[in-house]
Amino acid sequence: MSEAVISLAALPPGERGRVQSGEDGHPAVPRLLALGLLPGTEITVVRVAPLGDPVEVEFLGMRLSLRKADAAAVRVEPFTAR
Amino acid sequence: MSRPDSRPLRIALVGNPNTGKTTLFNRLTGSRQKIGNYPGVTVEKKYGAWHPGGRAATLVDLPGAYSLAASSPDERVALDFLTGHLAGEARPDAVICVVDASNIVRNLFLASQVADLGLPLVIALNMSDAAEQTGIHIDAALLARHLGVPVVRTVATRGEGSGALEKAVLRAVDGRLLMAQVPWPEAVQRAVHYLADGLEKEGVAPLEPGELRRILFDQRSAVLERAGWPPEADPQPLLSAARDILSAAGLQPVPAEALLRYEHLGHVTADAVRFPEKRRRTRTERIDAVLTHRVWGLLIFALLMFLVFQSIYAWAGPVMELIEVTVAAVQERVAPWLAAWPAVQSLVVDGLVVGVGGVLVFLPQILVLFFFIALLEDTGYMARGAFLMDKMFGWCGLNGKSFVPMLSSYACAVPGILAARTIEDPRARLTTVLVSPLMSCSARLPVYTLMIGAFIEPSHGAVVAGAVLFAAHLLGLVVAVPVAWSLNRFVLRTRTQPFLLEMPPYRRPRLRDILWRLWERAREFLVRAGTVILAMTVIIWALVYFPRPPEVRERTVAALSALNDPSAVEHAVEAAYLEQSLLARAGRAVQPVFAPAGFDWKITVGVLASFPAREVIIATLGTIYGIGREVDAGSGDLRFALGRDLWTHGDRAGQPVFTVPVALAVMVFFALCLQCGATVAVMAKEANWGWAVFGFVYMTLLAWLGAVLTYQLGTRWLGG
Ligand SMILES: Nc1nc2c(ncn2[C@@H]2O[C@H](COP(=O)(O)OP(=O)(O)OP(=O)(O)O)[C@@H](O)[C@H]2O)c(=O)[nH]1
Ligand SMILES: [Mg+2]
Repeated sequence: MSEAVISLAALPPGERGRVQSGEDGHPAVPRLLALGLLPGTEITVVRVAPLGDPVEVEFLGMRLSLRKADAAAVRVEPFTAR
Repeated sequence: MSRPDSRPLRIALVGNPNTGKTTLFNRLTGSRQKIGNYPGVTVEKKYGAWHPGGRAATLVDLPGAYSLAASSPDERVALDFLTGHLAGEARPDAVICVVDASNIVRNLFLASQVADLGLPLVIALNMSDAAEQTGIHIDAALLARHLGVPVVRTVATRGEGSGALEKAVLRAVDGRLLMAQVPWPEAVQRAVHYLADGLEKEGVAPLEPGELRRILFDQRSAVLERAGWPPEADPQPLLSAARDILSAAGLQPVPAEALLRYEHLGHVTADAVRFPEKRRRTRTERIDAVLTHRVWGLLIFALLMFLVFQSIYAWAGPVMELIEVTVAAVQERVAPWLAAWPAVQSLVVDGLVVGVGGVLVFLPQILVLFFFIALLEDTGYMARGAFLMDKMFGWCGLNGKSFVPMLSSYACAVPGILAARTIEDPRARLTTVLVSPLMSCSARLPVYTLMIGAFIEPSHGAVVAGAVLFAAHLLGLVVAVPVAWSLNRFVLRTRTQPFLLEMPPYRRPRLRDILWRLWERAREFLVRAGTVILAMTVIIWALVYFPRPPEVRERTVAALSALNDPSAVEHAVEAAYLEQSLLARAGRAVQPVFAPAGFDWKITVGVLASFPAREVIIATLGTIYGIGREVDAGSGDLRFALGRDLWTHGDRAGQPVFTVPVALAVMVFFALCLQCGATVAVMAKEANWGWAVFGFVYMTLLAWLGAVLTYQLGTRWLGG
């Protein structure tokens, strides 16, 4: 279960995952934390923009678009059994 | 409670972006500040008079913020205002925290930070209608009991809850009602004490515990700067030591604040908020599945933009004709009355009516453009545009958040440049400020449609005309990409900053809001036509009309004495006067600079006169051609006059002045040039005069280069 921890940027569209941690020192992390993206929060990648970046994610009923470079600062544990 | 009522209460509106603060502000104060369905509409604080329960109060609308960590200039406004560190600004007596009821926990995060600063608080549960529709139910009374402050259900768009809010605010002020504190662990308290001691040693004035927590938790809090930390001293050792106290107790410093606050808020809201059992697929999700679709998304975006420009043509046409006919009728009516005073007649007929009337003709087109921009803003499509386009912006070092300033600049660069305040990175913000004026603002529309209407539409039809208009609007954007890229590469070297943009739900635009904005815009335009443009018109007229030495007339009449046609002679006299007028002399002196772009002295003069405000070119050409017009042709239509103008001297003598390449070169010049005093001033305000001058110079050079290239390539390909 805990074997596969990937970056949020690598989570394919339509997949859900659970946040594990944020990269220390990345400027996006404090802002995501303020939005409630804490360890343990469930997050879904809704879609990727047509030009490949940014991605739109959904968590706690909020929809947010962020660049892959920022999404990469978040480690998530994908829900493999859906 | 009795309290001296001499001083008006100061009440601040704070909250996350796009929660309806300004809508509420407008409701309570009767103001008309701008609202829109995307985060970051308000970027400056705004004041309004409010009378809760008959007491005098000043209500302050602040830019939205997710956190007091304040990462962009607009968010800092809120922080500075609340901590009272702005010069001449006392701290507010109470704060109305506007909370989006659909997303209450996340919204209360900011409320809890605000409460931490020791300010009495009222929670306005706004957008309650939308929340209830999705099945979210909030027990306001229970929540109020848990939080220790009033919680009022509001629907700002309909004014629901305003009365209850008045009472709640007075209760909060008089009772100094403070929101329940987060039970800070002992380690946080120790770290705060440690910080307080450290700051005291540096001679910083004592701070509130809430402010100390900001310094402790935020990476680089603005509070530290404002509180008088000596700029030469590095705060890092002190901050690290304080944060080590947290680490030692097992609290990671970065997520500590979020974890503690959200844990507390989770407890507080647990039994007061009921979420729907099963989440339904919302309307917004269904719309987004199409509008931000991989393939359809971009296609629809392009189509939408194209449609906007087609409709500017199609919808505005009939009204424009009506105005044109009216202007011509006024001209005809007025002329005979003033026949006794030729100079006055000329000033009124050729100067004022042609100049100001000629500009007024374009009002309908500008309103159509504004109507569409308002639709994009109010439905929520703006944020989708940013989502679709961010990659393109990112490539040249801009930010997806540059999209809003840049799109707003299509209406007018002044608010567009102000909107750049939502951009966190100072250098990305500066880049945005410098390229926003390249976006084709509505003041350029008259120039485009004059040229297109005179030289493209008659021969190529309305569809091509619409396409050219679209291309003219695209040009600035296309040029902005390499410009921004070079600025980043060679001048500013911006660091990419996080780009986080909340996608607002789609909302039905409110016709009243849109009409109000159109009216404001129309008024602004009319005022401009009645002041700047009127004044410029009079000056231009005088420069065209004078001097009038009698020899010119005598010489012309003598030369044409064989001709037995008084009206032709009269025309030749006017033309001769025009050729030796002050403006003609100045124009001919400068014309060589613009000769490579195919401009004659008249266009040159039009270009030069338009530096204070673009629309002046219409007045200038109108006046020149009005005074020099062919009497027998009798047409006041500028488009017609332009098409008939021939070169009198030089190697192109006898050929038309305006050809398709010349018309395109004029459009390109106006598209790229910064001919707007107001924009230069706002650039200076938002950056500094150095950058404003830089922006002016680079755009002028670019415009000249673009016009020359267009003319040279155009004559080669399309033929002169
Ligand atoms: N359904 C609903 N919509 C609302 C309500 N209040 C405001 N809105 C809409 O929400 C959008 C945002 O309103 P604004 O007043 O601009 O929000 P703001 O908080 O000032 O936004 P920023 O200045 O960007 O921080 C607009 O489209 C409003 O029409 C409400 O109570 N219910
Ligand atoms: Mg606002």
